[in-house]
Amino acid sequence: MINYIFRRFLYALPLLMGVNILTFVLFFIVNSPDDMARMQLGQKHVTQEAVDNWKQQRGYDLPLLWNSKEKNPVVETIFYQKSMRLFVFDFGTSDSGRNIGSDIQQRMWASLAIALPSLIVGLLVNISMALLMVLFRNSYIELSSIIICVILMSISSLFYIIGGQFLVGKLLRLVPISGYDTGIEAIKFLVLPVIIAVVSGVGSGARWYRTLFLEEVEKDYVRTARAKGLTETQVLFKHVLQNALIPILTGVVVVLPLLFMGSLITESFFSIPGLGSYTIDAINRQDFAIVRSMVFLGSVLYIIGLLMTDISYTLVDPRVRLS
Amino acid sequence: MVILWTDALIYFLVVTVIFLSFYVVRKPQFKRPLTKIFHNKSGMVSLIFLIFFMMIGLFDSVHFKSNETHAKPIISVLDYWMTPLRTQGEKTYSAPFSTHLYNKEMVVLDNGSKVWRYPRLKYAGVYLDKPEQQKITDIVLKSGQGFLKGVVFCAMMIFGLFLLNRYYGAMSALNDWKQSPMALKLISSVVIMMIIGSFILVELSSYYHIFGTDKVGEDVFYQAIKSIRTGLVIGSLTTLIMLPLAIVFGIMAGFFRGWVDDVIQYLYTTLNSIPSVLLIAASILMVQVYMANHAENFTSLIIRADMRLLFLCLILGVTSWTGLCRLLRAETLKLREMEYVQAAQALGVQRSKILWRHILPNVMHIVLISVALDFSALVLAEAVLSYINIGVDPTTYSWGNMINGARLEMAREPVVWWSLTASFIFMFTLVLAANLFADCVSDAFDPRRV
Repeated sequence: MINYIFRRFLYALPLLMGVNILTFVLFFIVNSPDDMARMQLGQKHVTQEAVDNWKQQRGYDLPLLWNSKEKNPVVETIFYQKSMRLFVFDFGTSDSGRNIGSDIQQRMWASLAIALPSLIVGLLVNISMALLMVLFRNSYIELSSIIICVILMSISSLFYIIGGQFLVGKLLRLVPISGYDTGIEAIKFLVLPVIIAVVSGVGSGARWYRTLFLEEVEKDYVRTARAKGLTETQVLFKHVLQNALIPILTGVVVVLPLLFMGSLITESFFSIPGLGSYTIDAINRQDFAIVRSMVFLGSVLYIIGLLMTDISYTLVDPRVRLS
Repeated sequence: MVILWTDALIYFLVVTVIFLSFYVVRKPQFKRPLTKIFHNKSGMVSLIFLIFFMMIGLFDSVHFKSNETHAKPIISVLDYWMTPLRTQGEKTYSAPFSTHLYNKEMVVLDNGSKVWRYPRLKYAGVYLDKPEQQKITDIVLKSGQGFLKGVVFCAMMIFGLFLLNRYYGAMSALNDWKQSPMALKLISSVVIMMIIGSFILVELSSYYHIFGTDKVGEDVFYQAIKSIRTGLVIGSLTTLIMLPLAIVFGIMAGFFRGWVDDVIQYLYTTLNSIPSVLLIAASILMVQVYMANHAENFTSLIIRADMRLLFLCLILGVTSWTGLCRLLRAETLKLREMEYVQAAQALGVQRSKILWRHILPNVMHIVLISVALDFSALVLAEAVLSYINIGVDPTTYSWGNMINGARLEMAREPVVWWSLTASFIFMFTLVLAANLFADCVSDAFDPRRV
């Protein structure tokens, strides 16, 4: 087992290296640091001194890949200083001078506080809706719920958020429209975003789980269970659900690490100080250092998710052998 | 005539689709799924809606330089037709079908005295003396006019088709259709309803702002119509960019295996591991920097916005080919072990020929299904991306930009709801039609459901 995990881990390294090179090309080769400095300092009428000064303050004044002036030509370069440091999670400072690493540590809990309940409640709602649809299959109940699902799917998530904020926050005044607090007080700020996240996901989610269950329902062991004389509900909840849990579980495991990244739109609409709104702010301020770090962090988390999926497959599904 | 980059690609896409549909109609293996689609009611109705949207998008993609003002702006054929809507702006917000402005102002009366009240709009219902009492009857009257015009137009069209059929037998191609009177009736009644409906809308919109006006007084109905092109461009051009990548890489990885497979798998896993929103954000930021530093290449506003739209499609295409590529790889891995492929190999058929003749046609159904499914997702994604400012250019008309501009207006009193409603209705119709059609396509082409 440990051997297997170690091997999978080694496989992840070239992927991270690829991500790193890609972001390096995007952020430093497509546009030179000079271009970025001009953009930040405001286009025309910028003196070369100001550009040099900006670059020096942020450590962009080094050569890209090879510094022939220094003793150690590889270390004193932008690639080593800015990109390789990411591997040890040293994100450096943002273009406005703050420490990105501590910002991330501080903000990821708010993201998690909103993403985790959304995931769990959403999963429960989606699966129970899908099970009901399968239970009442080939009836008008199923047909109408499929139609409702398609309609729910066709509404942009922006409308769910705007509509929910308007209805619950402004007209009914049940919860505050936006904001965040620490500790137990946070709950009243979290209720609305979680509900909206669940509602906006139920259309596609329930449909997806429905196809999954329908595939399972056609299998032989289900027929056997029915032949034994079990009722349809017993068959569904005992046999089908249990066997369908494997793909559901592994599908969820992939996104678990990414929960830390939060949701860009939800967080910015509800002004929750998580990593999603952090990223949006960085995009709007054109803070390249933060966007670069978030790209790397996101892919690290995704790769961890892939690793966890592989491992959970071997744990949950006895048919899968380690190879 | 001015051909923008996206225009050129749209023309190319239209030509390709026409050729492809000729190819598909002739092939026997597509006959069953096509008849299945044709007999699917919701699928056909949504297809008509999609075609209607596409026509508007196409008319909006033929650009030329107008002589209106000294600046000679680049406008499209659709802009030309909608000139009154485009130019007749009010001062600021006004509600749908309203004859008065949203804000109170100091109004100078005929006798020189000044009153603090809601001023009349410049271009909506100007001919009414007492708008409060006459408005409803006028609206009913005008929609009746539009209805009549629509009925006359439809009657002329049907008569023309009838004559064509009588003298030239032009409808002989449609003889297959006649065998299914239900589908034909449904299609023609939906088409007629849509034509009449659009006549009513056109008639009304020339007398009123039917979706009101926005903050700077621009007609919201015009904005929503113009946004159709943006949505369609994002949905279709992205597919155009993504398909070659996905098909070539997916089939090659599955067929050649070995190091080719390893390299391609590495490529798509790496791309896939970056959360797509972040990759798009990073790329768009870089495009912004590039455009800011090479301002001389983007002389006019519309060319600049068009380039950004194209870049967005490019980036979306690069980030979204991985899913389809993985599916195609898995399918090709299965297909290459099939007897007919092995037989072709044993008979010494060239590899390129096997790929072209035996593998590609047999993965086409996956491609079709995934194109249909991706379209609506892309239209939805555009709105979200525009909201985070990494979508289309802020000057481009798009539903995302409309929502972005209008969402803070919900806090006003009374609520300014019409911009959001208009974008909601248009976007919802397009996405719902696309979703229903995609369901119908995947139902018809799915080999498991024969």
